[in-house]
This record gives sequence, structure tokens and C-alpha cells, in this order.
Amino acid sequence: MKIIQAPLSREDIMDLTAGEPVLVNGTVYTARDAAHQRMAAVIEAGKTLPFDPQGQVIYYTGPSPAPPGRVVGSAGPTTSGRMDAYAPLLIERGLRVMIGKGERNQAVKEAMRKHGAVYLAAVGGAGAYLARRIVSAAVVAYPELGPEAIYRLEVKEFPCIVAIDARGGDIYER
Amino acid sequence: MRSISAETIAQAISEAVIKINTHLPGDIRTALEQALGRETNPAARQSLQIILENARIAPEDQVPLCQDTGMVSAHVEMGQDVHISGGSLEEAINRGVRDGYQRGYLRKSIVKDPFDRINTGDNTPAVIHIHLVQGDTLRIMLSAKGAGSENMGQLAMLKPAAGIEGVKQFILKVVREADSNPCPPIIVGVGVGGNMEKAALMAKWAVLLPVGQPNPRPELAKLEAEMLTAINDLKIGVQGLGGDTTALAVHIETYPTHMASLPVAVNLGCHSTRRTAIDL
Repeated sequence: MKIIQAPLSREDIMDLTAGEPVLVNGTVYTARDAAHQRMAAVIEAGKTLPFDPQGQVIYYTGPSPAPPGRVVGSAGPTTSGRMDAYAPLLIERGLRVMIGKGERNQAVKEAMRKHGAVYLAAVGGAGAYLARRIVSAAVVAYPELGPEAIYRLEVKEFPCIVAIDARGGDIYER
Repeated sequence: MRSISAETIAQAISEAVIKINTHLPGDIRTALEQALGRETNPAARQSLQIILENARIAPEDQVPLCQDTGMVSAHVEMGQDVHISGGSLEEAINRGVRDGYQRGYLRKSIVKDPFDRINTGDNTPAVIHIHLVQGDTLRIMLSAKGAGSENMGQLAMLKPAAGIEGVKQFILKVVREADSNPCPPIIVGVGVGGNMEKAALMAKWAVLLPVGQPNPRPELAKLEAEMLTAINDLKIGVQGLGGDTTALAVHIETYPTHMASLPVAVNLGCHSTRRTAIDL
């Protein structure tokens, strides 16, 4: 099975095909609705993003609080479609991989084709299972957003399926 | 008259919100295992195995099944001969939610205002429905529902001329538009009749019924079975990956309605629908 690990170049993700299972290792950044809204405002204002998306992986999740002795609580993917309005802005700035669940709109798919990005689906509602694949978690930005803050996670053998590839292949097109 | 203290209710709710968020109901687990036995799509099979493994891990790690630990709704059936001492019922339920979400490391997902969107910080308030019945017992059907599935529900006020065909088409439209978003395999709750709020309440209630328990009215049980087949024929499949399993069950509830109305509401429950009944 192919391993996805940031930083990734455009070439690194071009051979991935929709429907293919993959494992993600290494660094991923979490961001969901509120964090995306803020990052979009930062871009609009011409300021610096809390992390450079170039070659990186964003995971759409808002984990539950970590119980004592665990690095993170439940941490499954949230519905990606809510991030569609913001995703192209980050893809244009080099974001290479998004992890979430559910379909993406045409604008996102177009940006993925143009700039070379891939969208992976993790199993929705399997937050306890997926949490075992997260080895560390640290807040990077917007701690006041609680579960919506941006975290840097280190993951190991985090299982996903290539949902939309950089050539337009899409498992949700039936 | 039987007296139940608000404290007893709050404690029961606190324990229940932790339990439902970490323990998958047995009937749903059985339905998922049966689905795995039938499923032919390899990607869907792998996802079903992960979903079942998730249900094993959550209680072991004391981590919620899903990070979206939901908005709590409480359908209360309160005996007319019950007196609640030491506080109000609503306050007791909300106290239980507050305590359980804190103690159980559950995610707080409720915002105070739909426009300002500031988190209340304790997952309150719950949505509470109180139904007075005969007797001296108190039953609370408690659920914690995530937004992934909840956002995919729809309601339509059909014309009576649309008839049963119109209802069937609407159910299929809702499931098709929801696609992979409500975390299939889903439980489909349908309310037909009554008025606008009654249809919505019946749909919500129907999602919480035990999987595999057909409607006692044979013609409705037949409609449930027909719709389950039709929904699975959509081939959305587990997590939208295609295959044989889009829904685990369809539950349909009906109520008398106005001669000019045909309300129909469809609510969708995810593969890890979290619910329990509390009897006090």
C-alpha cells in the first residue's frame, strides 16, 4: 500500500488513483469551519498563515477532548463539503492533500487538477479507531476555538482511500 | 403521587450521555455484522470492519465512538402521577448533560446563538420534548446526534394527490441528496402525516427505534421493507464507496393529518446512532 507523508511535491501525488487505499504517516494539520474562515481572512488581508500549506496535509476534524493518558480524544473526519468555499485558496498556495469525508464541489476539483492536489476519505464515525493512529497532537493556532483550533498531529498508518485524485477521478461520481 | 428528585434525573442523564457516546447499541452492532456478511464491495467491507472495530475500541479506550458527540435530545414520557422534587425537569436534564459532557471528555458542540455562534462550553441546552402519559413512571429516550447526519434531514408538505408514490420519491430524494454525508450505512426515520412539527418529531423518533423492528401495521412494515431495498439499490454504499449497504433500516411512523395535507419528514441516523432509554 502506498504511503503518504508530507512534505509532498506535485509529482508525489500524481500516481494516486481514486479508489486506491493508502496510509498516511507523519505531520498533518487539523482545520475545520472556523479555522478555514480565519485562514481565508488572513489570505485576504495579505498576512501570514499560521502554517505554510506548501506540500502539506490538512485533516478536516474537530477532535473530542483528550482523556488523561491519551494524546487526543475521538478524531474522525468531518464533512468536507463545508470547507469547499475555502479549499481552493489553500490549494493555490500548495496544499497537497486533504483528508475528510464526502463529496467536493467542482471548484475544489478544478483547483486540485490545476495545482496538483489529492483528496483522501477516512472512515466517518470511526473516531476512536482513528485516534489510535495519532501519536501526538499540539495546538498550532487559534486555541480559543477549542475543537476547531488548528492542531499539528503526527499520525502513523492512518488509513484512507483516495476519494478524488489530481486527474479528476472521483469515487463519489456514480 | 410518586416523587423523583431532580438530582436522580441529572445523575441518570450524566451517566447516559457518557454511555451512549462510547457504547454502540447491540441491535446496531448486529445489523452491521449482518451487513458485513452480505457485502460484496471490498472497500465497503473494509470500512464496515473499521466501523465494528471502532465500536470495540471506544469503550476500551473510553473515547467516544465519534468526535461529534452531538446535540442531546430527550423525548420524555412523564407519568401524570410523577412529581419532580428539588428543581425543574428541564434544568435537571441540562445539568446532567453539562456534567456528563465534562466528566466524559465529550466534545462540546453547541453554540449559543445560530448567528453569533459562540460555544456554550458545556454542550447545553438539550432539545427536550415532554409527553404526559398515565401512570407514575418517567421514561426518557435520550439521543446524542451529530450534525453530519442531522444536517441531511428534510421535510416536505406534499399535496395529497402525490400519494404514497410522492412519499416514496421524497424519501429516495433525501437519501440520494445526502449521499455519503450522513455516514452510511444509515438508519432512515420517516414521519408521514400530522402537521409540520408532528411529521418532524415522528421522523426523529423513528430513527431511534430498534433496528430490525418493523412497524406493527403490516402495510407499513411492507413499505419499510420496500424502501430499504430501494435505498440499498441506490448503491451509495458504506461511506459512499458503493456496494450493497446504504441503509440498515427504514422506520416509518404515521399520524392522522389534515384533508388538505400530506406532510413527510425524513431524518437520517448514522451507522453509530447513539441512543438509550432511561427508566426512572
